[in-house]
Amino acid sequence: MSRPLDHHDSKPPADGVIQPALDFRGWLRWFWRQLTSMRTALLLLLLLAIAAVPGSLVPQRSSDPNGVTQYFTDNPELAPALDSIQAFDVYSSAWFSSIYLLLFISLIGCVIPRTRHHLQALRAKPPKTPARLSRLAGFTTRNAPAGTDAAAAVESAQHLLKSKGYRVALFDAGPEPSVSAERGYLRETGNLVFHLALVGILITVGFGSGYGFSGQRVLVEGQSFVNTLLAYDSFNPGRFFNDESLDPYKLTLDSFDVEYETQNLSAYGQPVDYIAGVTVTERERSAQSDEVKVNAPLRAGGTDIFLLGNGYAPTITVKDPDGTIVFTDSIPFLPQDSNLTSLGVVKVPDGLAEQLGMIGFLYPTQAEAKSGAYFSSYPDLAYPLLTLNVFSGDLGLDKGVPTSVYALTTDNMTQLTGGTTGSKSLELKPGETQQLPNGLGTVTFEDADPGAKSGDFSGSVLRFASFDINRDPAQGWVLLFSVFVLLGLLTSLFVPRRRVWVRAARRVDGSIRLEYAGLARGDDPALEAAVADLADRHSAAFTLPITSTEKPKSHGGQSNESQ
Amino acid sequence: MNLNDLSILSLYSAMGVYMLAFIAFSIDLARRSSAVDAAPAAAQFAATAGNPTSTESGGTRTLTRISAGIANDAAMPYGRSASLRVGVSLTGLAWALHLVATVLRGIAAERVPWANMYEFAMIGTLLIMTVFLTALTRADLRFLGTFVTGLVLILLGIAALRYYVEIAPLPPALQSVWLVIHVFVASLGTGYFALGFALSAVQLIQFRRERLVAEHRPTRLRFLATLPSSATLENLAYRSNIIGFVLWTFTLIAGSVWAEQAWGRYWGWDTKEVWTFIIWVIYAGYIHARATRGWRGSRSAWLSIIGFSAVLFNFGIVNVFFTGLHSYSGL
Ligand code: HEM
Repeated sequence: MSRPLDHHDSKPPADGVIQPALDFRGWLRWFWRQLTSMRTALLLLLLLAIAAVPGSLVPQRSSDPNGVTQYFTDNPELAPALDSIQAFDVYSSAWFSSIYLLLFISLIGCVIPRTRHHLQALRAKPPKTPARLSRLAGFTTRNAPAGTDAAAAVESAQHLLKSKGYRVALFDAGPEPSVSAERGYLRETGNLVFHLALVGILITVGFGSGYGFSGQRVLVEGQSFVNTLLAYDSFNPGRFFNDESLDPYKLTLDSFDVEYETQNLSAYGQPVDYIAGVTVTERERSAQSDEVKVNAPLRAGGTDIFLLGNGYAPTITVKDPDGTIVFTDSIPFLPQDSNLTSLGVVKVPDGLAEQLGMIGFLYPTQAEAKSGAYFSSYPDLAYPLLTLNVFSGDLGLDKGVPTSVYALTTDNMTQLTGGTTGSKSLELKPGETQQLPNGLGTVTFEDADPGAKSGDFSGSVLRFASFDINRDPAQGWVLLFSVFVLLGLLTSLFVPRRRVWVRAARRVDGSIRLEYAGLARGDDPALEAAVADLADRHSAAFTLPITSTEKPKSHGGQSNESQ
Repeated sequence: MNLNDLSILSLYSAMGVYMLAFIAFSIDLARRSSAVDAAPAAAQFAATAGNPTSTESGGTRTLTRISAGIANDAAMPYGRSASLRVGVSLTGLAWALHLVATVLRGIAAERVPWANMYEFAMIGTLLIMTVFLTALTRADLRFLGTFVTGLVLILLGIAALRYYVEIAPLPPALQSVWLVIHVFVASLGTGYFALGFALSAVQLIQFRRERLVAEHRPTRLRFLATLPSSATLENLAYRSNIIGFVLWTFTLIAGSVWAEQAWGRYWGWDTKEVWTFIIWVIYAGYIHARATRGWRGSRSAWLSIIGFSAVLFNFGIVNVFFTGLHSYSGL
């Protein structure tokens, strides 16, 4: 069997275990035995479950980096302490990794000898028939009609069992011939496949994904991107990633359409569909129009393109007092709520008397609360309004420190509008222009669809989409191994493994009594029924009248002894 | 009255009938206790100690133990009381109303009725009941009626009072065939885990009683004498839990495939993914425990109970209070 020594089926340890003085190798062997025991596997599994918990309580850098930053701000005392025990990187931490690595070492150490034994068992014959079948499960007997030949009866049982997929061994030398049969080797095969496939998943996840990458890129309607390293907004290569493997295809965001719920009043304004209309031009191919939707990524140039986020990207133009354009761009504004109140930052470093920074709020459908504060009451562009708080001074761009395009550092700047300055924030509708304070120049909120009827703002602001572009060459393998995990599990849990015996016993008066019994190897709820069925079929197959009535109840439960 | 109102009405009616079934099952348990009291004490001891197979087949009992059939090997045989039959019939009726409520909700929403917490709770409890009623056709588990109807009533009560939301269309993130498959299989797995949980819990108290009887000490909860032995309960729990485990494994894989399609990575240790993984590992531990010397019996039963508690936690707490990509509670 060669399951771990403390498998419940293996022999209990001899009393008074002799502890030989262990030399180093003996000690190693003892350690290895412990590591590959069922108990260790079990404890490591439970430990793994417990160790996975903290990662769901504390934000993780891998899945929620902003949450981690926030946590540091909220808990300045606790956060560094937690960080020192890798609480923000639980799933790549030393302690989590050592648990699962130990578990898998244990697993390999357990599975290899079992595989070897199983291969031997596959070639071995079923064991000799036990002397007393009456002690085994589902024991039942039938009286053979007078004149039955014991050897022939057993032989017919052998054929019957063989046809049912049992491996059989005939023991016909003695006065009481018998057949011993075993089935369900697939159960152990499935178990080994299951455990080996787990190793396969670990290896492919660990190494295979190192060859991939994941990158993010924001595109405003009309913009294009060429798949090269520099074109990404952020890029996370795997350990073994080689940037020459990037296929420089071109991706253009032609349109971004959102459909809103308008029928169901309790879900009014909820988005029901996002469609990014794109054009993909792969090398040496003509341009192809396609779509990217949530749950429907686009596969191109060896990468997968996913639609992750979207929002508005108002186009803002700044002119100096002479009317020369010093800045014009469509700036992605980050959505702040479900009605897409959006926040964005405009930085104008050159061309004006002073550096200029603006924090803008876009309300797609502007409404005013009693307090006078603005909010957006609907996510689509029914009545858009842009407000700008203007700052002048030093944007802090020249220090060589990378700064976020979504944040404005106002430490060295003076606020000119909004807040406590006393002058109102600038307010613009699409197509409007306002004077900047202090005669710095003008700012214009460009109307993206100037030809529209007056009052129709539906196309007045461009939208942006943020794409995740990935390649993971290992994931097909991970899926393959997962399928093996599932198949292995199904066979190992539901294929019954059992031994069955048929013996032709001779009574004192010379008549023959056929005995049937079975033994479960693992959980086997149908064993008794299977033995009863065998007895019925066998006795019916080679004799006509069944003279005995010693038949077990079909679900007799316990072994049904007679005589 | 629109379809959704009808669905709500049907659900409330189902809860009312479940309540009646719960009462009938409780009366049955009380009857069992008095039946045990009425039996001569000596017979009780004889019945327990002289468990026919354990004496006659002696050593083989250990060999065949894991293959013990589904039969009720109770210390005190107990027939069908009227209240038990009434309980089962009422449960069947309540289940039908529950099914109607779920189907109507789906028709009213024009999609599968499992897209927010209220609907998860409705389909989840429906499947718990379905698993229980299906199991009744194969084994006499009617003694679990109080437990199962009680659990479902509590869950449905919380769902109706705390989780109710109006029908809303599917947000783009949930528009996928994987919603249909992944969530349904997860709920079905929960149904099997729930049954395993109930059986393991009864196993633990039954085991306590058996120990007391063996030590000739007085026992409480006398109706236990009419229930299967702890070894049989353990086997039954195991069978339910392994089906749940296979379904959960599938849930995990299907969830990864879906996550890959929706978010571009198949696994990201998002809170919900973490808890699905934790549950999977606990039940893997449970299966190992059943195969480990010294861990069968009560210890493995505790793992089954912890496993189902994690399932409930994952549903009731993680969905609502933890942040993550899976924010689809609709609350
Ligand atoms: C990643 C860690 C592991 C997981 C998730 C895992 C999971 C499982 C599962 C689900 C089963 C039941 C299904 C089946 O029989 O195939 C099982 C059975 C088994 N595992 Fe593991 N296992 C792990 C590691 C190990 C290790 C380290 C050992 C060796 C000590 C081991 C030994 C066994 C044995 C002997 C069985 C058969 C139990 C029986 O006879 O019923 N497993 N394992």
